[in-house]
Amino acid sequence: MSSPTRVLQYAFCCAMMVFLVGPILTVIPISFSSAGFLSYPIPGLSLQWYEKVLAASGPWLPALRNSLIVGTGAMALATLLGTLAALGLARNDLPGRSFLLGLLIAPMVVPVVISGVAMYFLFARIGLTASYLGLILAHAALGAPFVVITVTATLRNFDTTLVRAAYSLGASPVRTFFTVTLPLILPGVLSGGLFAFIFSFDEVVVALFIGGPAQRTLPRQMFDGIRDTIDPSILAMSTLLVGVTIVFMVLLTRLGRGTGSKSGSKA
Amino acid sequence: MATTTETPTDSMGRATALAPPSLSSRAKARMVSALLIMPLVLFLTLVFVLPLGGMLVHAVENGEVGEALPGVAAEMRGWTGEGLPPESAYAALARDLKAAYGDPRLGEASRRLNYERAGYRALLAKTARSIRAIDRPRAGWTAELTAIDPRWSETATWAALRRASPSLTPYYLLTALDLRMDDNGSIARAPAEERIYIDTLGRTLWIGFVTTLLCLVLGFPLAHALVSLPRGFASVLMVCVLLPFWTSLLVRTSAWIVVLQKEGVLNGLLTRLGIVDAPLELVFNRFGLYVAMVHILLPFMILPILSVMKGISPSYMRASASLGAHPAVGFLKVYLPMTLPGVGAGCLMTFIIGVGYYITPSLVGGARDQMTSYFIAYYANTTINWGLSSALGAILLACIMLLYATVGRLIGVGRIAGIQ
Repeated sequence: MSSPTRVLQYAFCCAMMVFLVGPILTVIPISFSSAGFLSYPIPGLSLQWYEKVLAASGPWLPALRNSLIVGTGAMALATLLGTLAALGLARNDLPGRSFLLGLLIAPMVVPVVISGVAMYFLFARIGLTASYLGLILAHAALGAPFVVITVTATLRNFDTTLVRAAYSLGASPVRTFFTVTLPLILPGVLSGGLFAFIFSFDEVVVALFIGGPAQRTLPRQMFDGIRDTIDPSILAMSTLLVGVTIVFMVLLTRLGRGTGSKSGSKA
Repeated sequence: MATTTETPTDSMGRATALAPPSLSSRAKARMVSALLIMPLVLFLTLVFVLPLGGMLVHAVENGEVGEALPGVAAEMRGWTGEGLPPESAYAALARDLKAAYGDPRLGEASRRLNYERAGYRALLAKTARSIRAIDRPRAGWTAELTAIDPRWSETATWAALRRASPSLTPYYLLTALDLRMDDNGSIARAPAEERIYIDTLGRTLWIGFVTTLLCLVLGFPLAHALVSLPRGFASVLMVCVLLPFWTSLLVRTSAWIVVLQKEGVLNGLLTRLGIVDAPLELVFNRFGLYVAMVHILLPFMILPILSVMKGISPSYMRASASLGAHPAVGFLKVYLPMTLPGVGAGCLMTFIIGVGYYITPSLVGGARDQMTSYFIAYYANTTINWGLSSALGAILLACIMLLYATVGRLIGVGRIAGIQ
């Protein structure tokens, strides 16, 4: 490529970097501001907004607790069912495989507001609204496709001769699964589970419909805060969440460079 | 009978392990696969497919009047809709109203009838209250009811009851398409001031289209840069793509509000630098909505394109150059066509996610930027009109499924999900 084009390409990339991470990085210093306004220059530094967010009497800690309960439940269910389904799909011997795949990833394609409202109508009839169980079931259903996709991608690189070797040495299918297959696909299973957790941890729409006041999750609390008036305590919470995001990203990179994207596209 | 090496091996290698598979062992293997998939299929059927099916039923379901006022609903089936119904219909209405007095289902039926004709709720409440005092009509129920309220002598009042009586109704779907069934039973457009849903659907699809186009224009060169620029720079760029991707949607949305709002960071900077005199309106309007949506959806465009670009060997471009093609021609005729499956998958995901957005438009859009999902949520939650909420959802879902099926057929369902 000629050098002016190259320069242009670098300039474009730098502009896009500013666009992509600029806003997120901009709000971090404001969360340490001693004043209540949301702009620069910052008059002085203070941790008051963090104290407010982490106060035991505030709404944020119960919301975090709810998010962890729902996220963990949804992750466990989605990971178990999703991994089993991916193992079944990878065996490649079922008729109508692409129909099945279409069904399994459909929750990813249907807008969350539609699935959320539809679940709300049904759950309201059977008393599952305003309950942890209802929210966990809903999040597990919407998060399961991420597990299916991630584990399927991992299984494509899986060397089946290892399984045959285990059989030839006399291992039972169950023993083979736990001692050979599972350890090898574990990174895929774990990142799939992490995707499901992150999905639930960041999900607002279903939480708005199905969660009651007692199940108010962190995103729901943030949504109400933003809709009301944004004050720096929202930004303090944002900064904490960006920190958590970075931890998740490092974890996912560690878990296998081949499976690291929400849509599984890199795999 | 196939030999071991010719049999397609499955990931577990069970059926194909050592012996040539017999028909029964293959059936057994298939059984195992089915058992593995079944739990998730069942779970999704119950928690996802069933609710969606229920939603489609809600869109046409119309049991309220039939349940609360069964007698008059049956009478309405026999009435032609011309003139006024016979005395037996008036008598049935009187009986039904007496029986249903105080029953919450009467409230639901009044609400349903009020959709058909404004004022019906009050009319029914008034009639039900007055009719309890009348044990035996002096001059027939037609006269008694007309004496309670003259509207009972109007064809339109009865026509509305007749339209609302069957157990299924096209009312909600028609309303969601800005159509209306008039008193003669023919379908006409809604009055101009009530036509909002087609406009909203059009706006939803337009916002989805513009967002997808912007994402493609920005995302394609960015994906290309990720595969063509030196490793170090490319990995920094990749972190910049993935960090927002993994960051909470609400964190990103609130960050954009802080940056773009009137007293926000960007306006502060521009004013201080003397570029603008008065702060610009950058958020709570269409501009802010596009900025936030492109920011959120860009990775969904970049990642599928990137995964396809990674698989394109540079030798194709070298070959086209060695055959004398100008780099631009080689790019257009050789490189670009090979990226199309990724572009297709990226555009589909971006568009589908975009048209379904609810949170972002409600936080950074203005009143005139609300999309169909806003009304779906509004009717489900605020006014408890489940029928209309479901009908709007069904229509949006139909648009998306049509697109999903078309693109899925073109490039394969697996590629949309990123697993070929």
